[in-house]
Amino acid sequence: MSDKLVTITVDDKEISAPAGSYLLPVCLENDIYIPNLCYLEGMETPPASCRLCLVEIEGRPGPQVSCRCLIEDGMVVKTNSEEILKLRQIAFRLLVSTNDGSCKSCISNRSCELQQIAKFLHQPLRTKRLRHIDRAYPPLIDDHPYLVYEPKKCLLCGRCVYVCNNIEKGYKLSFAQRGMDTIVSFFGSDLDPASAFCKECFACTEVCPVGSLSSKEKWKAFVDGLK
Amino acid sequence: MKSNKSPEEYLKEHADEARAAVTALKNSSNPVIYVGAATCGRAAGALETIAGFETALEENGITAEIRKVGCLGHCYAEPLVIIQNPGFPPLLYQKIGAGEAGILVRSFLKDGSDPCYEYLIGALEADENFPTLMDYPRYLYEKRVVMAHCGLIDPAEIDHYLAVGGYESLASGLKKGSEWVLEEVKSANLRGRGGAGFPAGRKWEIARQVEAEEKLLICNGDEGDPGAYMDRTLLESNPHQVLEGLALAALAVGAEKALLYIRAEYPLAVKVMESAISQAESKNLLGANILGSDFSLAVSVFQGSGAFVCGEETALIESLSGRRGMPKLRPPYPAVSGFAGRPTIINNVKTLSTVPSIIKNGAAWFLDIGTPDSPGTAIFSVVGEVEYPGLVEVPMGVTLEHLVVDVCGGIKNGKELKAVQIGGPSGGCLPASLMDTIIDFDSLRSVGAMMGSGGLVVMNEDTCMVEVARYFTDFTQGESCGKCTFCRIGTRHLREILHSITIGEGLPGDINDLTEISEAVVAGSLCSLGKTAPNPVLTTLRFFRDEYVAHVEGKCCPARMCRTLTAFYIDLEACARGCDACVACCPTESIFTTSNRKKAIDQEKCVKCGECVYACPPEYDAVRRVSPPELIPDQGVEPLPENEKEESEA
Ligand SMILES: Cc1cc2nc3c(=O)[nH]c(=O)nc-3n(C[C@H](O)[C@H](O)[C@H](O)COP(=O)(O)O)c2cc1C
Ligand code: SF4
Ligand code: SF4
Ligand code: FES
Repeated sequence: MSDKLVTITVDDKEISAPAGSYLLPVCLENDIYIPNLCYLEGMETPPASCRLCLVEIEGRPGPQVSCRCLIEDGMVVKTNSEEILKLRQIAFRLLVSTNDGSCKSCISNRSCELQQIAKFLHQPLRTKRLRHIDRAYPPLIDDHPYLVYEPKKCLLCGRCVYVCNNIEKGYKLSFAQRGMDTIVSFFGSDLDPASAFCKECFACTEVCPVGSLSSKEKWKAFVDGLK
Repeated sequence: MKSNKSPEEYLKEHADEARAAVTALKNSSNPVIYVGAATCGRAAGALETIAGFETALEENGITAEIRKVGCLGHCYAEPLVIIQNPGFPPLLYQKIGAGEAGILVRSFLKDGSDPCYEYLIGALEADENFPTLMDYPRYLYEKRVVMAHCGLIDPAEIDHYLAVGGYESLASGLKKGSEWVLEEVKSANLRGRGGAGFPAGRKWEIARQVEAEEKLLICNGDEGDPGAYMDRTLLESNPHQVLEGLALAALAVGAEKALLYIRAEYPLAVKVMESAISQAESKNLLGANILGSDFSLAVSVFQGSGAFVCGEETALIESLSGRRGMPKLRPPYPAVSGFAGRPTIINNVKTLSTVPSIIKNGAAWFLDIGTPDSPGTAIFSVVGEVEYPGLVEVPMGVTLEHLVVDVCGGIKNGKELKAVQIGGPSGGCLPASLMDTIIDFDSLRSVGAMMGSGGLVVMNEDTCMVEVARYFTDFTQGESCGKCTFCRIGTRHLREILHSITIGEGLPGDINDLTEISEAVVAGSLCSLGKTAPNPVLTTLRFFRDEYVAHVEGKCCPARMCRTLTAFYIDLEACARGCDACVACCPTESIFTTSNRKKAIDQEKCVKCGECVYACPPEYDAVRRVSPPELIPDQGVEPLPENEKEESEA
């Protein structure tokens, strides 16, 4: 990033921002909301995996992910064309078609980003438009001493994996399996001594947009509270 | 260590030695037996064939040399054997098992009288006493550039490659300089054979222009398409051609390190390549100061561990770096920043294998083959319902019809061509009416298919296109890396919907949903796996929509392939009284004798395997297949009463 400002037009609004910034955060800072899940501030090369942040950019073929698009002077962006709205809705429906569990009994009810995106897109959290796809995992994986993971809620945005891998001494969360079986994994039971570090960290649980990854202690307290 | 000898002079010493050795083998007073023993040949029993020859030679006291060669591409005829018997032209034989090997040794090598015409395909050289290969349409229509020496030279010996002019292109490239090599490949407009068709020269130029301490060249031998094996064949049959192409590419790019990324499921290819590398190094054709020049190239083999998506270039680099094989968004392109941030050129095995011939014969020669926008040849692995499946190399620009009918002998068993699936699992299904489509990168793309890696499945009238779409989607959804939403979940929905349709549970909105989801997956996916995965669905929807409608609305499979939607019955008019031919073939014992001593099928027990169709003697041909199952006519079938059964058995 440099100090030089460039001017872009987003949905007819003119915005100035430092050259070399990514489009998504620039829009967000200027009150133009674009749904997003996998982006985190400060990422050097965002993974661009959730595909919710697609926008149209004049002169470029097809929809573009705004989280990985470097702004250029004179760029003209549309975040709400018919095609973009449709793609977002489909992406959202795909995500919720694989999710299980009720909001009422979820630890992140009301702070959940998926609920916020649903509201923005006027989409229900349970889709009737698509068949439900059951992920072949138990509702809860709790073999980590300090963390619990609810795979059927996970959106596989990868934020947790990203932050964990950016902490120097951290215990390394990673993805395992592939396709629809992809899952976030602590890799086995052999968690010491790194897991001692987890006890103090919980960075992953803080970035989880939904209630999929939680501190075991908080999760227990929450579940007890439900009773 | 620069020397004053030119690379060409250096090479000439090796080549002269090699030619002498190969000539000695050609003029050997003893017979030489060449057995096609690439992976495909081995699967057909080539190693047993070799053992058969060894035993027979020993029993008959004959001295002959046995050489393992690569694959000629004629898979329908394997195991293939070429016999060089003094006094005869080299003769090519088909389907030679251990038994036939014994016969050949006794009749042809021992007595010298009978060349066993019953197994003969033809002579490799023109000869008045034998048909030659050129008398066959397959050989006549093929244009062998990349596969010219496959199956004819011993891949385990560098001399065999040197004797046919191998490494001459590298020598002249070293002499004329890297810029010249680059320009030649650029003007030849060689487009990448790994799927996307990006011009190789332009890609090299990008990497060449980047300032970097180190650049890397990678040969992509991941070949994950089910049913495709041309890269494996080239690695196993002519490894030095790959290495020569790799060295020329590295020279043009300015890379001093190269890697062959070969999938671990190809152990023979790995072995052949490793041995080829060390032989080339020992002759200073790879390694430091190649042929006395100041160009050095260190080459090694990396065994990839298997997922289809690891063939995608950014995922391949991740996997090389010891990380999970997941694609990354481009740009940055690997040519600018790839492995460990270094400019990295990734080319397919076929692309690199084409380079030596371009350098040897010139760009103009290459541009003369194929079409202006897609010069050169295309290699396809043709499988399915054709007479002569296998690997074929044809000039770009021929029609699909020519490839399927003229080169591969048309459809088997007198059936009709229905469609071809071209481009691998994410290619497109084209109907018979589009068989005049020209084979090149752009015209295939314009009809919704693609060149892909060159897989071609030929289907006849008994193939259900919804089932075909389901089959390929099942593959791609299972190979999705899981990173991005559209591909991970969208392809799974496509599969679920297609599955429902094929079992008669399609819903009214399904066809629309298939279109909508497919288009979204194409538009929204991160990498080309997702962007192309819906092609089979989109093309079958476009060209065979009525079949989808029949499944969803009529619960009918017009091709009568989807099991749930079909049923078998025996036409009592056609069934022969007292014939039992079908009874034993049924795995669930559903066939019973009727009161008039004909046969009928118990629909409750039938699993619709279709075995009885084949068991019924052709003169009766009494088994019928219908869809939907309700179409079974009421023939008033009564089982034979118990008491009469014993009578008839007695
Ligand atoms: C899912 C997927 C799988 C691929 N598999 C292969 C492969 O097995 N071999 C290959 O050469 N290219 C494969 N590619 C294409 C590569 O990404 C890359 O374009 C190619 O290796 C470049 O070489 P070329 O320019 O010589 O064609 C694949 C691409 C995708 C999207
Ligand atoms: S656990 Fe949460 S942060 Fe991690 S991938 Fe799943 S949804 Fe994203
Ligand atoms: S398109 Fe599929 S294979 Fe490619 S990154 Fe997305 S999930 Fe992975
Ligand atoms: S925020 Fe851009 S792809 Fe997820």
